[in-house]
Amino acid sequence: MTELDPRAIGAPLERTDGRAKVTGTAAYAFEQPVADPLYVHPVQSTIARGRIRHVDTDTAADLEGVVAVLTHLNAPGLAEHDPELHVLQSPEIAFRGQPVAAVLAETPEIARHAAGLVRVDYEQEEHDVVLRADHPQLYAPEVVNPSFPTDTAEGDPEASAEVEVDHEYSTPMEHNNPMEPHATVAVWAGGHLTLHDSTQGVHKARSRLAPVLGLPEERIRVVSPHVGGGFGSKGTAHAHNVLAALAARVAGGRAVKLALTRQQMFDLVGHRTPTIQRVRLGADRDGRLSVVVHDVVEHTSKVQEFAEQTAVSTRTVYAAPNRRTSHRLAPLDVPVPFWMRAPGEAPGMFATEVAMDELAEACGLDPIELRLRNEPATDPSSGLPYSARNLAECLRAGAVRFGWEERDPRPASRWDGDWLVGLGVAAATYPRYYSPGSVAVIRFQGGRYLVRIGAADIGTGTRTALAQIAADALGCGFRDVLLELGDTDLPTATVEGGSSGLASWGATVVAAAERFRAEFGDDPADGAETSAETPEDPAGGTVATHSFGAHFAEARVNALTGEVRVPRMLGVFSVGRVVNPRTARSQLIGGMVMGLSAALHEHSVLDPRFGHVVNRDFAQYHVAAHADVADVEAFWLDEHDPHAGPSGGRGIGEIGIVGSPAAIANAVHHATGVRIRDLPITPDVLIR
Amino acid sequence: MIPFDYERPADVASAVAAVRRNPNAMFLAGGTNLVDHLKLGVAGPELLVDVSGLPLDEVAEQPDGRLRVGAAVRNSDLAAHPLVRRRFPVLAEALLAGASGQLRNAATTGGNLLQRTRCPYFQDISTPCNKRSPGAGCSAIGGHHRDMAVLGSSEHCVAAHPSDMAVAMSALDAVVRIQGMEGERSVELPEFHRLPGDEPHRDTVLQHGELITAVDLPGSAPRSTYRKVRDRASFAFALVSVAAVLEVEDGAVREVRLALGGVAHKPWRATRAEEVLRGGPAEESAFRAAAEEELADARPLAGNAFKVPLARKLITGVLRDLADQAGEER
Repeated sequence: MTELDPRAIGAPLERTDGRAKVTGTAAYAFEQPVADPLYVHPVQSTIARGRIRHVDTDTAADLEGVVAVLTHLNAPGLAEHDPELHVLQSPEIAFRGQPVAAVLAETPEIARHAAGLVRVDYEQEEHDVVLRADHPQLYAPEVVNPSFPTDTAEGDPEASAEVEVDHEYSTPMEHNNPMEPHATVAVWAGGHLTLHDSTQGVHKARSRLAPVLGLPEERIRVVSPHVGGGFGSKGTAHAHNVLAALAARVAGGRAVKLALTRQQMFDLVGHRTPTIQRVRLGADRDGRLSVVVHDVVEHTSKVQEFAEQTAVSTRTVYAAPNRRTSHRLAPLDVPVPFWMRAPGEAPGMFATEVAMDELAEACGLDPIELRLRNEPATDPSSGLPYSARNLAECLRAGAVRFGWEERDPRPASRWDGDWLVGLGVAAATYPRYYSPGSVAVIRFQGGRYLVRIGAADIGTGTRTALAQIAADALGCGFRDVLLELGDTDLPTATVEGGSSGLASWGATVVAAAERFRAEFGDDPADGAETSAETPEDPAGGTVATHSFGAHFAEARVNALTGEVRVPRMLGVFSVGRVVNPRTARSQLIGGMVMGLSAALHEHSVLDPRFGHVVNRDFAQYHVAAHADVADVEAFWLDEHDPHAGPSGGRGIGEIGIVGSPAAIANAVHHATGVRIRDLPITPDVLIR
Repeated sequence: MIPFDYERPADVASAVAAVRRNPNAMFLAGGTNLVDHLKLGVAGPELLVDVSGLPLDEVAEQPDGRLRVGAAVRNSDLAAHPLVRRRFPVLAEALLAGASGQLRNAATTGGNLLQRTRCPYFQDISTPCNKRSPGAGCSAIGGHHRDMAVLGSSEHCVAAHPSDMAVAMSALDAVVRIQGMEGERSVELPEFHRLPGDEPHRDTVLQHGELITAVDLPGSAPRSTYRKVRDRASFAFALVSVAAVLEVEDGAVREVRLALGGVAHKPWRATRAEEVLRGGPAEESAFRAAAEEELADARPLAGNAFKVPLARKLITGVLRDLADQAGEER
């Protein structure tokens, strides 16, 4: 296993594309220059279940500037039946907001106007969109995302204990809402389809679309140089990609542009399932856990299953002789749920870490001390030793930095005018995923090293950090590396997901660099080129590789109004080696802010009568605004995890959101004495 | 968005005439609300008459001491105006509590008064709404109504008025100056917006073609404040807000004016509470009793019942703080 000599690695370099982005010259998907484009606007179902009886497209089609109105009656056929992507192929309606037609027109305004003129007559059936813990159709999926066992059990999960806490927790439906709406520009030319798309993985998008469109992969090119965030929602192709491709097929060779509106994003690009979680913890009076039970009920779509792995983090974070985790899904008439930043860990660790706070209170223990007393020697999930289990160090370091020892443990003991003030803590864990299957090509050209890999930079800074790894692997200067990513014409790469990108692509680039030096030495000829695949996982099933973290939060709760403000958040993380401290800090505090947002704001309100999310814009679906975000600090332990790969890092995109909502909920409890087990914590739930 | 014609008239009279001529014409000022409605299909005018360039953008003291705010004055400019900050802190605070910096830079005084409810069903043309389509039914009453009205609503509509500025202006006894074809008229702000009754599609007493030209602010209210409770610290509409003017003399309430936001189809002038308070002791128990009196007729729905205790506590707390300030300054 090669150890890199870190020179560029560890440097807080600015994003190489930073200037282009802040000056507005970085072209995102919708801005890709194409000649004389047409525009698509989808028409969405206004029922949640049933079928189309009749569509009247005449008025829309007669409008000047309308090129075509596609419906299930005239749209080009699709090949493979991929349920989520099977658009305009049948009259069946599976959720409200499903595309039932699409207008192709000379301008976006005409397309949108005409879309409003399409009349659809439905045969409506009763729908079911409400998740309940006793839903009659609950079932156990075969696995939960991506491939974890659905249920686990050890010992006697029903065993009693000296101290027990047993409660139900819930988290709401949420939507990813990246800043850049999903957008695609589709161009057919000579039997080839080009998609300028906003995606977390050009090759993944292509491999999903190719069979649906009935094309060999080599006849599709997906290009995605810049992505304005995704948070998982751009981790696969969605229905709008197919709509754009279908429209492009009837556009006579003209390019077709489709940008979803913010409102449409609430139906068409995935969401986080709501969860109902029961957590039962049992311990002796000293706080040593003997029982850990985490049973989850959540929803999926009847169209296509997605099983959020909500209880999986509980399997690895605390050991006990008697444990159980389970996941049950209610199939509903809702759009397909999908990845949203730390799917599973984010909602699951909210419940587990609030329950731990409750157990600490029941045992009369400091919540940090309770966690320290329950540090397992090996991974309770796999039985393997950890490459680095540094939760205790994160908790201790964070406690010092945050001033935890000054905390009076009694709830509701600190006032500042009308404001109650409290401090909370929670643990975080996130698995290190290592994704095989990428290829990197390195070519020496014009005195620089051209590194080519179809990876993605979704705003995280990968373009910069991956070049840092390449520079150290080649032993050259950072400026001697020219990195290309975001194009299926580049060597194949895995999707940006599970915080796996930089470590997996980094290992691939290092392998290519080593081979390059082996083949061409330190003084290569112009045009020297070689490639390598992602090497085998250096952890190799011999160690458990997880990241950890400790979140601290101060909450102020107005005793009159129930308003919650969070003046301070602090996280200490164990994530292996950090490649670029500047972009890493941004990822970590970004995750923490998203956790703050989940704790206090985010909630997609599904109206059971209509079957759709009604608060479908940024004025109504609240994410934390600048004024909500005060002092947020992220620190990390000085680490290098050789089992994680040559860069020594385990991934940082997601751990910031894991546990931070619990730290805030625990701080609210410490401030007020009121235990909130359901997110979000809005003023109405604290008003008495 | 359906196609529309666009005119940019040179003066107020031609603007009024242009809208009056066409029953499907609308005035356009900052566009922060109307342009959204055009995109969403909530509004579909044949003609937009852009009044943002009319010479209505001055804030000027009148000979009788009133402060006249032109209808085209931007919210940001009004909030920053030295005379507003000195004479009417409640108004400056209310303006700054509204929307975001970018929106305040575009939004105008007249447009702010005429912004429409943010009820999700009103803004979604795929769901029934009496305000958008009279007689269609109200989706909010049996649906998501957490942000809706608790006072003065009807079986036809429970929408809440979203403005912060208008709540402060209601407490300040502002006067709306209106130009129509038949001449000018004035309406006191508390009478300018309507309760929904059985005509929820009518937000205000304006007739088609009437244009707001200015808002007059009489007197001054140096001891006044605006307090807004919302789901996040900025860029959110009020769950409940309170605009309060309070003068205390020898421990008694000499002058009080109180208006509530987020609780009704209009800025809610709390006249009952004012009556209870005026001349009485400036004490927390009196403030609470007045708040209770004002809220006695509240008819909340299941999902917004929290607004009643929230309003009670907020009114009490805001008056207490103003009274405490008065005490400290003496």
